[in-house]
Amino acid sequence: MPLLLPKLPKGPHYGILAEFATPAALYHACERVRDAGFTRWDAHTPFPVHGLAGAMGLKRSPLPWIVLGMGLTGAALAFLLQWWVHASAYPLVISGKPYFAWPAMVPIIFEVAVLFGALGAIVGMLGLNKLPMHHHPLFRSKVFERVTDDAFFISIESWDPRFDPATTRKLLESLGARSVELLES
Amino acid sequence: MVQTRRSSHSRRGTRLAQSEADLLDNPVAGQPTLILRSPDFHAITEVVAEPVERRTPTGWWLFFIPSFALLVLLGVAVSWLFWEGIGIWGLNVPVGWAFDITNFVFWIGIGHAGTLISAILFLFRQKWRTSINRSAEAMTIFAVMCALVFPTIHVGRVWVAYWMLPIPNQMSVWPNFRSPLLWDVFAVSIYGTVSVLFWYLGLIPDLATIRDRAKTRARKFVYGFLALGWRGSMRQWHHYESAYLVLAALATPLVLSVHSIVSMDFAVSLLPGWHTTVFPPYFVAGAIFSGFAMVVTLMVICRTAFRLEHIITLRHFDYMAKIMLVTGSMVGFAYATEFFTSWYSGNPYEVFTFRNRAFGPYAWAYWIMVSCNVLSPQVFWFKKARTSILILFVMSIVINIGMWFERFVIIVTSLHRDFLPSAWGYFTPTVWDVACLVGSFGLFFTMFCLFVRFFPLVATAEIKTVLPQADPHWQPGPAREIKDR
Repeated sequence: MPLLLPKLPKGPHYGILAEFATPAALYHACERVRDAGFTRWDAHTPFPVHGLAGAMGLKRSPLPWIVLGMGLTGAALAFLLQWWVHASAYPLVISGKPYFAWPAMVPIIFEVAVLFGALGAIVGMLGLNKLPMHHHPLFRSKVFERVTDDAFFISIESWDPRFDPATTRKLLESLGARSVELLES
Repeated sequence: MVQTRRSSHSRRGTRLAQSEADLLDNPVAGQPTLILRSPDFHAITEVVAEPVERRTPTGWWLFFIPSFALLVLLGVAVSWLFWEGIGIWGLNVPVGWAFDITNFVFWIGIGHAGTLISAILFLFRQKWRTSINRSAEAMTIFAVMCALVFPTIHVGRVWVAYWMLPIPNQMSVWPNFRSPLLWDVFAVSIYGTVSVLFWYLGLIPDLATIRDRAKTRARKFVYGFLALGWRGSMRQWHHYESAYLVLAALATPLVLSVHSIVSMDFAVSLLPGWHTTVFPPYFVAGAIFSGFAMVVTLMVICRTAFRLEHIITLRHFDYMAKIMLVTGSMVGFAYATEFFTSWYSGNPYEVFTFRNRAFGPYAWAYWIMVSCNVLSPQVFWFKKARTSILILFVMSIVINIGMWFERFVIIVTSLHRDFLPSAWGYFTPTVWDVACLVGSFGLFFTMFCLFVRFFPLVATAEIKTVLPQADPHWQPGPAREIKDR
């Protein structure tokens, strides 16, 4: 059940999938694909290979800003709730303390900020990664089943301006790909 | 390669432990060897996926059926409690809190080691955590579930338990946000939620592994649904790693705050024995102490049952034993500090409470606590003890008995002799007190059994990153091979 439908451009081919034997081979191939100027491409690995984001030329993830925004929202909401309950809606003297006893509100402000920040991290990560996306052309490839086990791939999408079925295949083969496969859309 | 000579392992017993201890340092690479027998990526996938994919082994039922029986006992005890009221427990007028809150603090403390392993050790770049973090996180979630049972049922009229939440109710009354008891409601429920989120985030790539290996349509659908369509893309990993780091940074202060707030339930009151500023750090240290003991208990069983001796190695136990030694000694120091503070305060009630704690009617509980928590972990000064599975397993259970008694001592000995001798009493547990305690272990172990059956109990994707060949600058060579003797 796809919760978000993949919005992929129309075309006969999705792109090219090339398998590499080791993280090292993938790393160097990514550097070359990056330097060749491709933009609509990706690397697929069973685990996050250290430094691969740099080899692909990825920018820093904006996720921490989402978390910061959500955390501050949570803190503000928790503060407003406590202020409203104790100083406005239901003022009650407890142990002679002032209605607006802000130091006693700090623990709940902190906890709710963490809750909102954590939700922001998860939902933000899923949103930036366009997940859940249960259908994808890559899943049609048989070798791609090993991406979560021990195989390392580069996929170049057909709507990349520099994509050409023949020359892109040659490029990936020259980078030491173990197998290269043209995927249908 | 992975399942080498299992039968000979068990026969050799302690000699294996010794030979594995010799392997703790890899002289060639000049850095710790976290995973033994040099498996390749696929071998890791195989050994972790196997318990999820094979037929349910008989051994699993041997753990599951008794656990489930205890869970049923908890159900019976709680149903009778709801029907009859909290009078079925041994509570009386000076001792209004006993097993209920003891169990609550005990379980919430157990959970803390899971978050320490998954978040704090992650921030400190302690790569050895990858072998145990998944199951420790699961342990956290199940411990928080057990913990949440007790404050919920101890209120007596559970049908109005929602009055603890800041939602409008029929009396137009709002909860008191200035009370640590309400901070506790927020802290524990948010801690549970964040622990689930953190655990699920780590599970996504591994659920995708199970999905891609699935043979039947039903498995492909269920694990595929849960894996959210993960395809190991580096652009996804990039945001994923960022989310993981941020969550670790959020969970670290959260876990420290949770047990601090739990301790304030006591420390903010004016009762001698509770009213002390040492409580927050003392409670957090004790929580990590008992939590690591529970991790050791579970890991000793899991590593043997699922043949993970090369993934959860003696090095991991060595590190965990050191943490138990440190936190156990911190707890012992806190016990001494409490006595010093009561003497130095010159307050006769404070002095009486602590003298009564050590030499009064509950002296037996106090000295069980001291011998289990302070004296017994001192064996971990010796490497032989830190790398002996038998000693570790026994000690982990001893420590958790001690830590349960610590909470019992704090709660019951402070309450049972009130300011006036006319209000003195003695708490004796009833069969229903014991049923709730034992039943909560049933809930915990039932959940843990289900977890190891249906989810990968080692973080497969993370553990592959600590293999030497995961480094993009690694070059294959025969010198890196480490032999299992």
